[in-house]
Amino acid sequence: MKTAFKPSRRDFLKTSGLVIGFTLPAASRLAQAATAAEFKPNAYLRVGADDRVTVVVGLSEMGQGVHTAIPQLVAEELDADWTRVRVEQAPVDQAFKNPIFGIQATGGSTSVNGNWEPMRKAGAAAREMLIAAAAQTWQVDAAECRTEKGAVVHKSGKKLSYGKLVTAAAKQPVPKEPKLKDASQFKIIGQGLRRLDTPQKVNGSGKYGMDVRLPGMLTAVLAQPPVPGGKAVSVDDSRAKQVKGVRQVIQIPQGVAVLADGYWQAKKGRDALQIQWDKGANAGLSSDGVTKMLTEATQQEGKVARNEGNVGSASGAKTLDAVYEAPYLAHACMEPMNATAWVKKDGIEIWAGTQSQGPNQGILSHVAAVDPQQVKVNTMLLGGGFGRRFAPDFTIAATLLSKMSGKPVKLVYSREDDMRGYFYRPASVTRFTGALDASGAPVSFTARVASPSIMEASGFMKLPPNGVDEFGVEGTKDLPYDIPNLRVEYSRQEPGVQVWFWRSVGHSQNSFFSESFIDELANAAGKDPFEFRRALLGKQPRYKGVLEMAAEKAGWGKPLPQGVHRGIAVVQSFGSYVAEVAEVSVDQDGRPKVHRVVAALDCGEVVNPQIVKRQCESAIVYGLTAALYGKITFKDGQVEQSNFHDYPMLRMNEMPKVEVYIVPSKEHATGMGEPGLPPLAPAVTAAIFKATGKRIRKLPIDPETLKA
Amino acid sequence: MITLNVNGKQLQADVDADTPILWVLRDALGMTGTKFGCGMALCGACTVHLDGAPIRSCSTPVSAAAGKKITTIESMSTSRVGKAVQAAWIKHDVPQCGYCQSGQIMSAVALLASNTKPTDHDIDAAMSGNVCRCGTYNQIRAAIMDAAATLSA
Repeated sequence: MKTAFKPSRRDFLKTSGLVIGFTLPAASRLAQAATAAEFKPNAYLRVGADDRVTVVVGLSEMGQGVHTAIPQLVAEELDADWTRVRVEQAPVDQAFKNPIFGIQATGGSTSVNGNWEPMRKAGAAAREMLIAAAAQTWQVDAAECRTEKGAVVHKSGKKLSYGKLVTAAAKQPVPKEPKLKDASQFKIIGQGLRRLDTPQKVNGSGKYGMDVRLPGMLTAVLAQPPVPGGKAVSVDDSRAKQVKGVRQVIQIPQGVAVLADGYWQAKKGRDALQIQWDKGANAGLSSDGVTKMLTEATQQEGKVARNEGNVGSASGAKTLDAVYEAPYLAHACMEPMNATAWVKKDGIEIWAGTQSQGPNQGILSHVAAVDPQQVKVNTMLLGGGFGRRFAPDFTIAATLLSKMSGKPVKLVYSREDDMRGYFYRPASVTRFTGALDASGAPVSFTARVASPSIMEASGFMKLPPNGVDEFGVEGTKDLPYDIPNLRVEYSRQEPGVQVWFWRSVGHSQNSFFSESFIDELANAAGKDPFEFRRALLGKQPRYKGVLEMAAEKAGWGKPLPQGVHRGIAVVQSFGSYVAEVAEVSVDQDGRPKVHRVVAALDCGEVVNPQIVKRQCESAIVYGLTAALYGKITFKDGQVEQSNFHDYPMLRMNEMPKVEVYIVPSKEHATGMGEPGLPPLAPAVTAAIFKATGKRIRKLPIDPETLKA
Repeated sequence: MITLNVNGKQLQADVDADTPILWVLRDALGMTGTKFGCGMALCGACTVHLDGAPIRSCSTPVSAAAGKKITTIESMSTSRVGKAVQAAWIKHDVPQCGYCQSGQIMSAVALLASNTKPTDHDIDAAMSGNVCRCGTYNQIRAAIMDAAATLSA
């Protein structure tokens, strides 16, 4: 058995910050001179002599629709014929860095937000060059030419399709500041066009990371330490090697890998390994211990994240205290984590459904000791991402295994490996104190948050000097309500589990906490929770706009069927505003049923309203699954859940009706991959409170506590 | 060497008899349209038809397919019901990440092959074994209803 003497996964993550600054290949390489058959004004699009427009997208398609939205931005300004537009996945290259992150990666609902202008400029530049080419061909003034649906038209009626202009257009200078359309002229932006990636996803031809096949490739399945930070102290692989098709057994810092001809053989081999583990420092880790650690931390003063007025001086007619808790959560992407790596003499090539091409290029160059430009990243379709595929654990392990085996290696996590592979949404506890004056208006709001730091866990960020993890407090720190005395504190607590970004990140738990406590204050004030919020949002028109629209569309205040009750919540995350009204009943056994969710959102200018609405609905389902079922718990250092029987997913028979409404907005476009999630849990639990009088302060919802 | 009937073709694979059909399809035969999701028949991503009935190929050993016909997503465009379902999926733009959709379509085709006028309850019963983490359930339901209407027209 081979053994790698390499730093641990955590060390890789910790050092990855160093490599992000490395020089990446220059963008200019991609903006090459056109061949006879193509016009390629920049890295982002090509026009073929056959009139076909190819938009090259550096972002990862994980279901959020970015492989349609980005082409819409380019095609709009190009005045392309949408029926001739196709999309192509870009390589890793500086040209495709995420304008918000400064490195090529997909996440944080940044794609449309960051590319709104750059991608339109890419299309507009090409359009101006095509007009110049036509004007030159016709010997007319460019000002006499316009474009429509993939063609340049002269005022005389002469017309040339873009495909006929590719050679002449390639000779035109690239305009530096191409003129962009006014929104009133949009024909493609704002349309609910069908996704470009649908056909390959209904006939089985779409290729995900899991579907990669290379000549001579081995499939690896990994025996991971059963406890975070555990190490294999002895490995007996004699039985594993007797399994037909098993070729190699290799120990790496991440665990012990069995490499075989296919997954089934590798898994059988992995299951036949006999390993003695040193469980290390986390052998005693338990969820009860985590709860205790976090809860006790909220009894002490934390680092100040926000402080307005003086909560100490505010005395109300009525005060409220509450402690809220949320568990670790796995992302549970439908496609378990996997990556294929091939370490060759002249560099590395990887094939993976990854959200982080840029960081991977740097990190893997370290792993294989090559230059970053020798790392080629082939981004496959992602069978779900939700933040999990931003992590490099599976690409690092696959690269090590290819390097040590000398073969192309596809590393596949079983569902159990994926579920027990950490990178969880952090567990978190928040202690609230609030005060109302005699009129029922809130005069004071204090929140003490205790949670692990995602910034520190990320490997590419550090806790800022004030000691406050931005992801730890988002959703509470940005409380929008007009409350004169407001204080938010943060206490970093590290139970020892690798935490990570999970769809909507800190908002996923903090918005549940804060919006629920606001609901508690409304109830204590004897006020309607919608009106209570509305009165406190006088300076927040966008919050108020979505809140009012959701209430109106849901028929807030109107009668409901017997036993069905409403709850409401409103949250801004990633620059987008979403309010949701949930209609919920609770049966005799305490089981909640969500009948309908009505959402209203404001994400600024909308590129594709159908995709926006579907993303909101998707986030509602993701949030509802977490609220009803989601928890990763530890006992004796081990994760107790393993597969969908003990980490259940919402299914067809539990699916509520969902209605999504868009508030018309001229604000800058922002993302919708995540913002539909945060208001869901507090809206549902507020409805449960109406139905039962019982306040849910801990997720997931426990039906035992709601029994009649 | 095991002989299998997959999508009407006789194919041979050098695998152990306990190998799940899923891995014979994906690794031995290179047909990657059928997806691996859980390995325990809990998510439905691996759904194929065995003599027309939907099965979870991740948990069905290849020995169970002896003398039977396996049908996968790759052949859906050649069947009347499959074609109608795929068309409805495109019309309703159902997939998001798309990873579960091969299995969803296989379950939907099996439902509509035996029941051309499914009720909401029938759809719940036939489809609740298929998880979609992107939450496309309402679009799946609409597409099934649409395909049913096409098929009974």
